[in-house]
Amino acid sequence: MDNCVVEVKGVSKVYGKTIKTVALDKLDLGFKTGSFNAIIGESGSGKSTLLNIMGTLDRPTKGDVIINGVSTKNMSKGRLDDLRNETLGFVFQFHYLLPEFTALENVLMPYRIAKGKADKKSQERAKEILSLVGLEKVENNLATNMSGGQQQRTAIARALMNQPKIILADEPTGNLDSQTTDSIYQLFRRINQELGTTFVIITHDRRVAEKADRIIEILDGRISLDIVK
Amino acid sequence: MKLAFDIALRFLKSSKAQTALIVLGIAIGVSVQIFIGSLITGLQKSLVDKTVGSAAQITVSPKEDGDFILAPQAKIKTIKAASPDEIIHPVAVIQGPAIVKTADQSTTIVMRGFDWDAAQGIYKLTDRLVKGKLGTNENDVILGKDLSENLGVKIGDTIEMLTPSGKTGNFLVTGFFDLQVKSLNESWILTNAGTAQAFLETGEGVSQIEMQVSDVFAADEVAMLVEQRLKDNTLVVSNWKAENEALLSGLSGQTASSLMIQVFVLISVVLGIASVLAISVVQKSRQIGILKAMGMHNLKASLVFLSQGFLLGILGAFVGIGLGIGLSWSFATFVTNPDGSSLVPFYIDWHFIGISAGIAIAASTLAALIPAIRVSKLDPMEVIKNG
Repeated sequence: MDNCVVEVKGVSKVYGKTIKTVALDKLDLGFKTGSFNAIIGESGSGKSTLLNIMGTLDRPTKGDVIINGVSTKNMSKGRLDDLRNETLGFVFQFHYLLPEFTALENVLMPYRIAKGKADKKSQERAKEILSLVGLEKVENNLATNMSGGQQQRTAIARALMNQPKIILADEPTGNLDSQTTDSIYQLFRRINQELGTTFVIITHDRRVAEKADRIIEILDGRISLDIVK
Repeated sequence: MKLAFDIALRFLKSSKAQTALIVLGIAIGVSVQIFIGSLITGLQKSLVDKTVGSAAQITVSPKEDGDFILAPQAKIKTIKAASPDEIIHPVAVIQGPAIVKTADQSTTIVMRGFDWDAAQGIYKLTDRLVKGKLGTNENDVILGKDLSENLGVKIGDTIEMLTPSGKTGNFLVTGFFDLQVKSLNESWILTNAGTAQAFLETGEGVSQIEMQVSDVFAADEVAMLVEQRLKDNTLVVSNWKAENEALLSGLSGQTASSLMIQVFVLISVVLGIASVLAISVVQKSRQIGILKAMGMHNLKASLVFLSQGFLLGILGAFVGIGLGIGLSWSFATFVTNPDGSSLVPFYIDWHFIGISAGIAIAASTLAALIPAIRVSKLDPMEVIKNG
């Protein structure tokens, strides 16, 4: 598929050795650069597995994941780490901020993983992102001294720090109230439009999914629905 | 590296009580090491000093009884050249037996004569003189404290002595000395070189050449060098180590047992740190998982825990040095003999303390290796799946 920033080709994932459970079954899927996509499905349908495989956190049993036109099949662990750091941003249901660090320091973390020290330019960029997500006033708060919504916004800001091509979000608003959920999706949309970042969001909330450009439904490890608006 | 170090520092700061506990554990280990090490070293130093500190540590004497070393100053020069840095306070000694006769009794003594200045290095006679002065005139002598009491002699008295060859002489008592060894205080009469040479009829010769060494435990090696340098079959070179084997084996037994204690203290410290850090890996697995998901390499994640071990080691070592020195000082100050002097003198060996601190830091870092390996194996998927 042309113009795809991330692509899965014939991906299968089987768990267990004696009793085999097929989580994904020969899946072919590609996401266009700058698109805003939602993956829906029942619990245990394989959508999180798919996201983790696309994010190179997990390896497929069969098939290949192509990111930015490069196959990840034979990449070493270290090279995959670098690829995640440079190209991908993650937002999970739980924020996973480092409680020992402030919001600003958490946002800087992906940059520091790559470069070691945060220079002035990167600090300014982190502050810009924090103001983009509306957290300029709490940038020096420890992660533990923020509300749930603020923590998730910090996690989103962190995902954006290294200007990733793709943001993979797994139930990013699963722990938030409906008002905060709306504001987070509006934020995703804005980032998608302003920065051209590709979004792949897993959600079980059909109302949220309907706001996406493309909705993919996974059922028993296969694509059961693929609607492009 | 910098990031791993920063994260390690934050992890330690965020759980202050846990950090303080490990630091205290390491500090106690280091302080016990320093305390026991200093105690044993201090004890040994004082024991060796008391035993051979004021005595000849190497002696060069003629093989045949009754022979003398002629031209002693030339011999001293040759001896000194054998090991110029090690050999100190060489002195030519004229000695021989004699009988002291008083009005109501007579007793066998050893007359020893030497140049007072040259003998000061080994015997420190100016400090050991408890009464009177060193006699520099012909036939001036000083007596051991106990001998003077036994004979009932006072300063200014004249005593008569008789050599085995039958020569007699009268000597003026100018002082009493105390070498803190009763047998010597009872049997030695010291005099200047000229008096001894004339009375014992040695001519220009001397009975033996005595010396000390900078490192008392190297006495046997230095003695061998002296022997090689002298190349003289008529002379015998002896050293204190060969003559005090029982003391030496006691000392080495002490060193070995102190080493054993220190090794076990070290092992318990290492196990303590390793177990607390292993718990800390579980506590911080969420943070490590997300750092890895964001692209942190396994090695860097491991470095976080190695840095923690290193930092804990440094902190523990510093606190431990303070505690250990304090403990040693307290022991030396408050545990005393009935006369108020320290039972074991306060002794600080910075070299030993440096080694103890270095070992503690290295051991702490090493103890963090097991948690560090666990961290490198931690799969971010596990953390993300299980929240």
